[in-house]
Amino acid sequence: MSMTSALDITRSVNPPRAAFLNFPLGHTCGKPNEPELNRQIMLDTLESLTSMTKPGSIKMLPYKWSEDDKWGRTAMTEGDQRVERYDTPQYQNEDDRRRAEEHAGESEECHVCVSYSGDSK
Amino acid sequence: MPAEPVQYMTRIRDQYAKLGYKPYQWVANEEPSAWQPMRKPLSECRLTLIASGGIYVTGQVAFHFKDDASFRAIPTDTKTEDLRFAHFAYDTTDAKIDPNVVFPIDTLRGLVKEGVIGELSEHAFTFMGGIYSSRRVRDELAPQLSERAIAEKADVALLVPV
Repeated sequence: MSMTSALDITRSVNPPRAAFLNFPLGHTCGKPNEPELNRQIMLDTLESLTSMTKPGSIKMLPYKWSEDDKWGRTAMTEGDQRVERYDTPQYQNEDDRRRAEEHAGESEECHVCVSYSGDSK
Repeated sequence: MPAEPVQYMTRIRDQYAKLGYKPYQWVANEEPSAWQPMRKPLSECRLTLIASGGIYVTGQVAFHFKDDASFRAIPTDTKTEDLRFAHFAYDTTDAKIDPNVVFPIDTLRGLVKEGVIGELSEHAFTFMGGIYSSRRVRDELAPQLSERAIAEKADVALLVPV
């Protein structure tokens, strides 16, 4: 079951089941600190598991990000806010870096927390 | 629909053209992937969450931004406040405030408590979805993710892209 906020990309990829939420990128499952809304979004999404019968179906969820569609127009015109594509781990903060480096020191390889595919960065 | 869905493929095509890049080769599948009907009610199912928003747990190595095709296994009883984000292609501000916007762990845990979902698998699996090579995702990353989901005896996989 796929959730999505990018309808055109999902149509192109064509997963068996999808639920589309028309929210800005970074909000595929809802809004911050709105557990009741997010619960409803999830219930509506999961309902598709039993109600959908046709592969490639996309359910259009009825939730609105805001009363106007300004956010959508901004998203089209400003393009994405991509930062540089650094090739070293981008920790959210320095504590994370320290913990990860300590952890790496403890064991040769942690099979649970880190899995690489291919290169051994 | 209140607002027209954003046309991301058009936007990115136009952006790349402006920057002088070659057009991005989007994945276009004529046929959807294999259909699996539900074999039992969701209330008896084990659900595996697979998310591409660059989520990791403090203590794990963070994702990098240059076609990082690795994934992380996040125990599904992880404290929400221990979740972190490393991604370059979306604004992670709200995700850092409430991870559930792209990693709906509390939402799902709540539905397990309510009996809507049977249980969550031992781990959720996450990766950093800004990987330009769809071949690497298809041939390297995706098979590993499905292998892990199958090993944890998932009945349902919930995919959460950003």
